[in-house]
Amino acid sequence: MGNEACGEGAIQAGCRFYAGYPITPQNELTAYMSRRMEGVNGTFIQAESELSAINMVFGASVAGMRAMTSSSSPGISLKQEGISYLSGCELPAVIIDVMRGGPGLGNISPSQADYFQATKGGGHGDYHMIVFAPSSVQEMFDFTYKAFGCADKYRMPVMVLADGMLGQMMEPLEFDEDMKPPAVVSKPWALTGAENRDAQSIKSLRLGSGEASLERHNEKLQEKYRGIEKKETLVEMYRADDAEKVIVAYGSVGRIARSCVDSLREEGEKVGLVRPRTLWPFPHEDIRRLARGKVDFFVVEMSAGQMVDDVRLAVLDDDRVSFYGRMGGGIPEEKEIVRRLRDKG
Amino acid sequence: MTRINESIICAGSGGQGVMLLGKFLANAGMTLGLNVTWFPSYGAEVRGGTAHSFIRISSSAIASPVVYLPGTAIIMNRPSLDKFENSLVPGGLLILNVSMCGQRPERDDIDIVEAPLTEEAVKLGNIKVANMIAAGIYAARKKIFDKELMVSIIEKMAGTRKELVPVNVKAIEKGMEIAGSQDGG
Amino acid sequence: MAKTFTRPASMKDAMTHYCPGCGHGIIHRVLCEVIDELGIREKTVAVAPVGCAVLAYDYWDFDTTEAAHGRTPAVATGIKRVLPDRLVFTYQGDGDLAAIGTAEIIHAGARGENISVIFVNNGVYGMTGGQMAPTTLVGQTTATTPFTRRPEKDGFPLKVLEMMSVLPGVTYLERTSVHSPGEVVKTRKAIKRSFQTQLDRKGFSMVEVIAPCPIYWGLTPVMAMKRIQEDVLKAYPLGVVKEGSERI
Repeated sequence: MGNEACGEGAIQAGCRFYAGYPITPQNELTAYMSRRMEGVNGTFIQAESELSAINMVFGASVAGMRAMTSSSSPGISLKQEGISYLSGCELPAVIIDVMRGGPGLGNISPSQADYFQATKGGGHGDYHMIVFAPSSVQEMFDFTYKAFGCADKYRMPVMVLADGMLGQMMEPLEFDEDMKPPAVVSKPWALTGAENRDAQSIKSLRLGSGEASLERHNEKLQEKYRGIEKKETLVEMYRADDAEKVIVAYGSVGRIARSCVDSLREEGEKVGLVRPRTLWPFPHEDIRRLARGKVDFFVVEMSAGQMVDDVRLAVLDDDRVSFYGRMGGGIPEEKEIVRRLRDKG
Repeated sequence: MTRINESIICAGSGGQGVMLLGKFLANAGMTLGLNVTWFPSYGAEVRGGTAHSFIRISSSAIASPVVYLPGTAIIMNRPSLDKFENSLVPGGLLILNVSMCGQRPERDDIDIVEAPLTEEAVKLGNIKVANMIAAGIYAARKKIFDKELMVSIIEKMAGTRKELVPVNVKAIEKGMEIAGSQDGG
Repeated sequence: MAKTFTRPASMKDAMTHYCPGCGHGIIHRVLCEVIDELGIREKTVAVAPVGCAVLAYDYWDFDTTEAAHGRTPAVATGIKRVLPDRLVFTYQGDGDLAAIGTAEIIHAGARGENISVIFVNNGVYGMTGGQMAPTTLVGQTTATTPFTRRPEKDGFPLKVLEMMSVLPGVTYLERTSVHSPGEVVKTRKAIKRSFQTQLDRKGFSMVEVIAPCPIYWGLTPVMAMKRIQEDVLKAYPLGVVKEGSERI
């Protein structure tokens, strides 16, 4: 199951602290961690709220531990406070979002309507998380594993943005049980007691001026983000080289769109797929390169249209970007996408 | 190799083992090296008393694990028949547990195997193996899984509870026998 | 001649930003004295709140992090679970602990987290300009109770220790004050006992310290101390509220 694959990916990555709060459709992940942490001498806490869970992760990260929390959309809204603090304090952490329909309590069906709150810095202040977008149970595992390495390397929160379909579905997963966790970077900033060194602090309040100013801190964060944009963008380009029309889709929709491409190709239509595997950083450059040809872009999402904004920014020609979305937990079918694509001419 | 593209709905009420049956079929497909997905109904729907899971078994990559138009429907109770009968594709396979279904299917363009699965399971000594009788029927009709493979999956899924293996194997055999006696052709 | 009164080693040589007559300076000092006395400066990780004490790490010479408003016990929980042999304490005001962080403090107690909590109760939000706190007394004027705190509109003060005392995971609760030298000494003892409780792995403990806020009480420092004695302690009686836990 996708939720459990995330859990195992975390364990294999050396995550030894997990705090969560029940919410469907990610409950199997919390339950999995409660079982699994026992065997690896790690810590599992069922917190009193999502707010507490993310802040327990904050504390574990302060102490230098690889730590994770998970939730689904309404719970992620609550965690945004903590994510902003993690970003401000430059603390590594991994957050899994198994998206469900909204707004409000919404429903428990798959959705992609958290794109904005995941990629645009959903809490207060100028910050980003690296956001991975798995589209299979295998990628749920792989990206969660990878997220810990990125979080430590860049000292920032990293999100795996899944949805109820990926969380709940089962499909085969392959991994090496003797795999090594991502390289452990030393964490001289961690608070473990001022033994043989000066006392230090971790904080996001910055009232100073000059080098100590909040503006300078933000400039440093932005420099870090520009570096990540250059190095960490992941995208799958599928049969896109000679395509006249390209579907852009991620996550669950990405795998459905892949089949659309195959069936349309069988009928001789030159259709390809761009599947962003990181949503931040977004593969603007890859899309821009395609857009230099006479390619039309068709964006499909389980939302009212969120990622489509980034595609438009990459293509810079709104006439060539069209959109189809399902909302409130609706999952587009393969035939439906094909029909809509043809309707757009 | 022939292309396989199975889409299955297993539906019934809680406790009838429809989720487990789905996992069993997906496991068998995975053991053959095929692509498989299993996707449950969950949450509010589960609490309504009916449960179902979608299974896909395919020789090519699987797009969506959700099954809207199943090739096979394994139906364990009446509400599930009402819900899924019309969605079966023409020529599809309907395996129906008549023990829990006081009504006949209306379709005449599908292959129907009807049997009192619950009663047969009771006769075998464990009411819970009705689901595996259905698995036996499915296997005999579709000829994707042989008995040896299914026995190995039962053993794997039973884990340390080895005492459960014989009755489940008997259920598979019973299902294959029922399918043989109702040759829908 | 030997010095008999010096700055504790756990305290930085810095001017604080606290107002004249504020209680935080006194509490910081006795806290640091206790850490020195127990010899645990190198093993201490503190969590500062959002509130007047947010800059505590500028005054304390041991590792300190800052938590989001009210999440202080959750952050301490994360640290303590990862570093069970360190002394982990939170330092929280009444807004942080008894308003926005009520869930966090109660559940840290319910879990019996082996941490110490220093709860500074001065009955107002200081940092934001003297608004009503959950602990504000009935009849007290604040920025948001200009016609005084009236129970029919503003509810009643929260007695946190009494509330926490029913939780099996809570081991030691004491209310002290800093309005007189004798009470300061008792505060110091209570903080030491709380830290010792944690070092002995006996579970959750909290010391509530009644402190003055002359600025937002509208009183001189001396009058503020007098108000504690005459009014505040009637609502918040001093002493041990709980000792010993039912936990196994």
